Amino acid sequence: MEPFTSLTATAVPFDEVNVDTDQIIPSRLMRKPREDANYHTFLFHDLRYNEDGSEKPDFILNQAPYRDARILVAGHNFGCGSSREVAVFALMANGFRAVIASSFGDIFFGNCFNNGVLPIRVTEETAARLRADLHASPGASMTIELEPQTLTGADGTEYQFDVDPFRKHCLLEGLDAIGLTLEYENEIEAFEDRYRQERSWLYP
Amino acid sequence: MAQPRTMFDKIWESHVIVDRDDGQTLLYVDRHLCHDGSFFAFDMLRDTGLPVRRPDQTFTVPDHYVPTRGHELDDAVDEERREMIVKLDRNAKQFDLTIFGLGDKRQGIVHVVGPEQGITQPGMLMVCGDSHTSTHGALGAIAFGIGASEVSHVLATQSIWQRKPKTMRITLTGARPFGVLAKDVILAIIARIGAGAALGHAVEYAGPIFAAMSAEERLTVCNMSIEAGARCGMIAPDETTFAYVKGRPYAPAGEAWQKAVAYWKTLPSDPGATFDKEVGIAADDIAPMVTWGTSPEDALPITGQVPDPADEADAARRAAKEKAIDYMGLVPGMKLTDIRIDKAFIGSCTNGRIEDLRIAAAVVKGRRVAVPAMVVPGSGLVKEQAEKEGLDRVFTDAGFEWLESGCSMCVGMNGDTIDPGERSASTSNRNFVGRQGPGARTHLMSPAMAAAAALSGRLCDVRELSLAPSEGD
Ligand code: SF4
Repeated sequence: MEPFTSLTATAVPFDEVNVDTDQIIPSRLMRKPREDANYHTFLFHDLRYNEDGSEKPDFILNQAPYRDARILVAGHNFGCGSSREVAVFALMANGFRAVIASSFGDIFFGNCFNNGVLPIRVTEETAARLRADLHASPGASMTIELEPQTLTGADGTEYQFDVDPFRKHCLLEGLDAIGLTLEYENEIEAFEDRYRQERSWLYP
Repeated sequence: MAQPRTMFDKIWESHVIVDRDDGQTLLYVDRHLCHDGSFFAFDMLRDTGLPVRRPDQTFTVPDHYVPTRGHELDDAVDEERREMIVKLDRNAKQFDLTIFGLGDKRQGIVHVVGPEQGITQPGMLMVCGDSHTSTHGALGAIAFGIGASEVSHVLATQSIWQRKPKTMRITLTGARPFGVLAKDVILAIIARIGAGAALGHAVEYAGPIFAAMSAEERLTVCNMSIEAGARCGMIAPDETTFAYVKGRPYAPAGEAWQKAVAYWKTLPSDPGATFDKEVGIAADDIAPMVTWGTSPEDALPITGQVPDPADEADAARRAAKEKAIDYMGLVPGMKLTDIRIDKAFIGSCTNGRIEDLRIAAAVVKGRRVAVPAMVVPGSGLVKEQAEKEGLDRVFTDAGFEWLESGCSMCVGMNGDTIDPGERSASTSNRNFVGRQGPGARTHLMSPAMAAAAALSGRLCDVRELSLAPSEGD
């Protein structure tokens, strides 16, 4: 996993609420290999492109100031619905490394961390304000520093954010969970030995 | 005396392998389910070079990509979908996992198959790379959906890292009104609390209405927990649960059964146990429900009208409503019963079990469909049982297509889709934009309501239809 330490990049305000992962990547594209040369076009595919493949000019990611955006600022319940990790793959294929919202679908939230994408939960007011500032200066950058847990909005205001210490550690170091878990091999084995006796009916 | 504990806490605590100071917990996974969409996870596992730690605790079944018109590999609509099914087969073989493949009567939707086979049991911690894993909590288990990286982690280590979610109890009071099915109950709950209301929470459904429900009805309720954002949904195991599990192929038997039941009886939340959040809902106001918009929270009693966004004070919510109504091709204020449909779909992990088909068949019997309609049983065994009872004839005589088990039009990944701009009455769980195909418009409802809609060609109140003779609108 690619470590995440800090990021300064164009941020795109995404005003929708309850953006489900079916929107982020339609299910008919889930079977495509990640190596597909067009993977970046899968992100928000049906919102972003017409049937003939031409761009929908109204869609915010198709607008000039936001083409290089790598930070997405959304409304509440972003990434709800299906557990598809490809939603994160599609964001990454477009260079996104951070998503900011007032709440996230739980599974999406975890999937982000497991791929080195930082999801940041802020209050509803902060999310609204960050988006308003971005609308006021299209194409503006934001800065995210993971170690001190700060983000700087388009207007220069600095905010503090919370992040799970374990997740933070994994992101900073680029650690994947399996490697870490294997350090607990003895604990897992001890648990299994005891558990198999206590719950014998689970092991016919 | 020990602190009273919730059912969630009891099951959680009994699966803790490691509790880290930073709030992360490594939990043991009793049973892991995989489906034909899990291929990324197997690729990730191969990259690590590790084996599956406990092949006997992992069960696999193809469902998302399987053909429903014919049930052979050759019936898959194209090479790519066929490859998805073949890949699962190959992965199951390579890692020595149980598979209920195409051609096996036990094949079906992963969340129908788990309970049906007795793989799902009270007190378990179960995961699957699918958000509707919340279904299995209906039998008194902690069950939640995970992403592909986590699936590979579970395959390699039989464990998963989690932060303990908060707990929420949703108590339904009063009596269940006439004509209200489990699907109406859960749609009404989500409409009331909102699609994000249970984010970060483990939900327990409580009260006499859930206690009086059949196990299959409870599966329908817990299935849609994720549509309220919940990490998982659960219902306390009781005699109904035990009777449901007993005798199933993977359920304990003999002495082991006695031991298991004795333990399962200790699981319900203790009197006085506290939840982080309590929600009370009066059941008396619940009526047969339909969704009008593009989030499961956009649900109303069938007697209602398409809402007017102008009534919404909050600007973001108003915009969301406007967009949803526009996408759905509706007019604010129009009666829900005036909405004409193009297709009806009865099936999915929400409503593809035998009781669902019985209810739908009771509505359909002796009548004719007004629009193309299909029934997709949740598993091969559900299909077989329905055929034994003659339900297939009831459906086909009425003009329904009687198809092979799988996810089908719930998500359209196997090619069963709705055309752009078309409108469906669907017993599935998501009315998201494009869920059933690009531009498809989905109205969620119970199997009785979907059957009624198929017969009348519009959304209609099944309570009226079941009283009146066939009218052929
Ligand atoms: S039936 Fe629908 S919701 Fe259920 S597992 Fe299949 S695609 Fe998912």
